[in-house]
Amino acid sequence: MLNNMPDPALGQKILARLPSLAEKASRRLGRPPVLMEVCGTHTMAIAKSGMRSLLAGHLELRSGPGCPVCVTDQGDIDKMIALAGRPEVTIATFGDMLRVPGTDSSLEVERARGARVEIFYAPADAVEFAAGSPEKEIVFLGVGFETTIPAVALSLELAVAQGLRNYSVLSSHKLVPPVMKALLSDPELKIDGFILPGHVCAVTGRQAFEFISGEYHIPAVITGFEPLDLLASVCLLLNQIADGRPETVNGYTRLVREEGNKKARAIMEKYFEPADALWRGFGLVPQSGLALKKEYSLYDAAARFPLQVPASRPLIGCACGDILKGKLTSPQCPLFAKSCTPLNPVGPCMVSSEGACAAYYQYEWAAK
Amino acid sequence: MCLGIPGKVIEVNLAENWAVVETFGVRKKISITLVDEEITPGDYLMVHTGYAIGKIDLSDAETTLKLWEEILLAE
Ligand code: SF4
Repeated sequence: MLNNMPDPALGQKILARLPSLAEKASRRLGRPPVLMEVCGTHTMAIAKSGMRSLLAGHLELRSGPGCPVCVTDQGDIDKMIALAGRPEVTIATFGDMLRVPGTDSSLEVERARGARVEIFYAPADAVEFAAGSPEKEIVFLGVGFETTIPAVALSLELAVAQGLRNYSVLSSHKLVPPVMKALLSDPELKIDGFILPGHVCAVTGRQAFEFISGEYHIPAVITGFEPLDLLASVCLLLNQIADGRPETVNGYTRLVREEGNKKARAIMEKYFEPADALWRGFGLVPQSGLALKKEYSLYDAAARFPLQVPASRPLIGCACGDILKGKLTSPQCPLFAKSCTPLNPVGPCMVSSEGACAAYYQYEWAAK
Repeated sequence: MCLGIPGKVIEVNLAENWAVVETFGVRKKISITLVDEEITPGDYLMVHTGYAIGKIDLSDAETTLKLWEEILLAE
């Protein structure tokens, strides 16, 4: 965080220690350890730091379902695009949804064709926009994890307080603990340790992830976003693997509290309730999404603008689904850096700046 | 969208639940509705999509460093 953690000397010491720790962990496992990050910002930080190549030969780092744009199901993207086509609707969205390809179009393409799509940094700004444009129906695209959901819930709080009738949310929100369970229950997947998303944990608290070590006996460390945070977490994970004593450790105590942010969770729970949700690559994950509660159905875009979209088709050749599950890494996709580049992206993992393919391309592949 | 940005608190308005934070020289007004702890100028907040999700405990950074040093470097 900012520049009050620069301790190059400690970084060097940790790096020097790493190979012997990795070797101990490998001996225990009978192969080099595989560690996974489940946060788009970690994906970027890892790619930027050059850690992957530094650690190659000792251990493998893989990305998981940490990019909210990338994990959004193709059918849900198609619904957002269809909604943009309704004449009375103005879509309000975070900027990174704009270029995500649906089956036949994208929000960007629809906007060029005349659809109204407005970009906002904060959901509260979309409410202000709605208040100033009573003749328009503003639909906010709720995409994001526990870090973003409280802000969307607060936008509903604002809309309710102002008695707005022209602001609604299309909830495609996702919860991280349930998808971690889906990952851990996959018998094909061999992940030996998790780098947990620091900011999601700031809201959920450490306890919400205790099951990773408690029920599945896999080590996990809540991690910040400085290179030193990441390096130290990798070492802590290796230590646990080597000792065979898995724990869910908070390595980001300067922000993450044991019980998380109760106020943020309370506002989420006021407006939303858990619902089954579809994830790209995973399919249906029970109780991993959030739907608006019945009493707020006036603000629920899914209820106000019922949509029937034709069955979506997968993006041909795109391996995003397997990348999000940690089964493949970006360069293993046959389209990577060939027909799929950030300028001409085929799948969401290349569109989103937090996507594994985009991070890999920008920092690790293009640098070569 | 999911990006968390740390900001240094420049000004606080507790009555209206907002603060002005500075990140890399850029100032921004954000909401502090979700933060339970006391906020004073000079504090650091972690900001997501216009809201602070928590206060960054600067004194803890040193504790963490010491902890890592002990855990990682002990044989
Ligand atoms: S490189 Fe492109 S096509 Fe391949 S998985 Fe990534 S986003 Fe999809």
